[in-house]
Amino acid sequence: MVIGNEGRYVLALDHLKLHSLRRRGFLRIAGTATACGALISCGRQSTPWRFLTAAEGRTLAAICEQIIPTDQTPGAAWAGVVNFIDRQLMGPYRRQQAAYRTGLREIDQAAVAKFGKDFASLDAQQQTGLIESLAGGQKRFFSTVIAHTMQGYYGDPRHGGNRDAVSWRMLGVPVIPIRGRYRYELPKQGA
Amino acid sequence: MALKHVNAVIVGAGAGGGVAASQLAAAGLSVVLLERGKWYTAADCRKDDLRNQRTSVLGNNSGPDEERNPRVAVDLNGQERVVLPSEGSYSNNAACVGGGTFTYGAQAWRYQEKDFRMAATYGVPEGSTLSDWPISYAELEPYYEKAEYEIGVSGDVSADPFHGPRRLPLPMPPLPVNREYAILKPAAQRAGLHPFDIPMLRNSVPYGGRPPCMQCRWCVGFACEVNAKCGTQNTAIPAALATGNCELRTGCMVREVMTDARGRSTGVAYYDADDKLREQTADIVIVSSAAVESARLLLNSKSKLHPAGLGNRYGWVGRNLQGHTYTGAWGIFDFDTYDDIGPGANIAVCDYNHGNPGLIGGAMLANEFIRLPYQFVGALPPGVPQWGRAHKDFMRQWYRRSIAIQGPTQEIPIADSRVEVDPKVKDFWGLPVARLSGGKHPKTMETSVAMADKAEAWLKAAGAIRTWKKLAGNGTSGGQHQAGTCRMGDDPRTSVVDKYCRVHDQDNLYVIDGSVHVTNGGFNPVLTIMAIAYYATERIVKGWKGRGV
Repeated sequence: MVIGNEGRYVLALDHLKLHSLRRRGFLRIAGTATACGALISCGRQSTPWRFLTAAEGRTLAAICEQIIPTDQTPGAAWAGVVNFIDRQLMGPYRRQQAAYRTGLREIDQAAVAKFGKDFASLDAQQQTGLIESLAGGQKRFFSTVIAHTMQGYYGDPRHGGNRDAVSWRMLGVPVIPIRGRYRYELPKQGA
Repeated sequence: MALKHVNAVIVGAGAGGGVAASQLAAAGLSVVLLERGKWYTAADCRKDDLRNQRTSVLGNNSGPDEERNPRVAVDLNGQERVVLPSEGSYSNNAACVGGGTFTYGAQAWRYQEKDFRMAATYGVPEGSTLSDWPISYAELEPYYEKAEYEIGVSGDVSADPFHGPRRLPLPMPPLPVNREYAILKPAAQRAGLHPFDIPMLRNSVPYGGRPPCMQCRWCVGFACEVNAKCGTQNTAIPAALATGNCELRTGCMVREVMTDARGRSTGVAYYDADDKLREQTADIVIVSSAAVESARLLLNSKSKLHPAGLGNRYGWVGRNLQGHTYTGAWGIFDFDTYDDIGPGANIAVCDYNHGNPGLIGGAMLANEFIRLPYQFVGALPPGVPQWGRAHKDFMRQWYRRSIAIQGPTQEIPIADSRVEVDPKVKDFWGLPVARLSGGKHPKTMETSVAMADKAEAWLKAAGAIRTWKKLAGNGTSGGQHQAGTCRMGDDPRTSVVDKYCRVHDQDNLYVIDGSVHVTNGGFNPVLTIMAIAYYATERIVKGWKGRGV
């Protein structure tokens, strides 16, 4: 378990470098941690995410899926938008960590207060209704999630979202940059 | 620690500083070119649509460093906030060898004759500091030509009846066109406008030892993978280094311009790549750090004889900050307009730069560079929700069937739009950061709305089935087109530098970048910055008599 805690610490500090390696290591450690259950010394529940808790990840996935729902093409949840946001929360979005922690908790609390269930357990209509009723700080938080969801869904897959370039395929944008399409070789003298 | 004395030290290796270095080094002066950023190459090209100089939601790709370089932005309600380089209100340009020219869209406009005589043409509106340039288009024409040929410009302006007289055509033909061009050109002609191929600092044929553009979709905001975009990093700066007279030092953050007991500039103090404080003495000091940082450096160069900063005896350093007020329109069509042929922007009209009844100035209008999918997310017509199924449907249905036309409305300068140094916030090196505040003149806003109308009309004429305007806010303007903060003028009481870019009360301190622009034209400013660098350094070289000018 000591190794597990160290692994998590390194992951937090060094998220950009050696990311995939650390992540694989962490998943393995997280798996062990789950098996060991109550032995986890830090007392945190195991989570597949870098920043989010498992419950937060579930709530966020439901919100993102409302922002870009699945229709004839997969929506935000399948595209890995939660993975994208979680990754950025340890990097460029890190100043928004507190906003996510608070915002997701408040949305879940609102769902429980209104329907007696957490947000992810509501049906789609209840979820939309709840989102539309958000006000003040919660509404501002939702605007942030909209922006981040759009980035994760329509942005470059290298950042952990837009799985399989799903949005680019949907829009009909060639996925692989076509090099050499234009007369790239230098014209001959006098040609 | 003092370093070997040189003839000239230049602060900033962008459009202005790069050209200045090439000219002084070619004339035999020993030059040190200081750049706070890195020297990237084409191999560093990373086509990342969320992390670049245009869309920086995950950061910038060519500086400055996110953690070391905060600024303070004050909004129109007086709320101040510490902002980072990736945030919009930071007004970032870039920090790297080549500066903005490393990742720009590369539109290579000459200002028109009237752009140098805005006050004479329109009068001075109340609340503005609108003024004429001390130099004319005719004086600058040979240097525009030099910039076009030395750095490399493609395009064809022969069908534009509004440009000033020019001796030579552009050195390279325009790139092959895309579908948007084919849709927009006949529509403009039917409407009585004069469309033509945008001049671009981009190779359309082999030029300067570099290949032509391969017309990919990642252009503005990105480094060019094949080095077809012509910036100072692949033209003027290598030329400067090849003379053997110029040394480029990267990772160097200049703290201040040093002065002697009589108040004369003696060189600069800077933090090198290891953050060690160095002093580089020089006969001539040239500040070329772009409008925000050049003003900041002068303001931070305080001494007994210059208590308010260098060149700031009359309080003009940092004032008249201006960029461009971009407005335009979107149109959607019932057929595909997207053909994935970059760079995208290729057709423009200059019919609206001047002569708009009741308005001051105007803008060149052009189609926009290729919009990467994420950039289309916010381009919604009224009534389309920002999220949910309808938004996704909108994206799917119209992404490939849209055209955007926009233009950089010339801004009417105001004294209160300005760069100061913040009394509290310091950067990584402990230097007071730039503090940006102010807004736009109401006449600027009026013109910008009219330009959006014109853009919308062009799209309608081209057969758009629905159009909507893209308008601008009236907050501080700067960004990649930042200019005006060390304006050029004949009267030392109302300007910072003379008509040769020399700081009024100094005999060896120059500002050579967009800061000296009195007004910023209704065009992308880079070719003017380069032309002024050729013009100003020619004068320095002619007057050079060895150490101690």
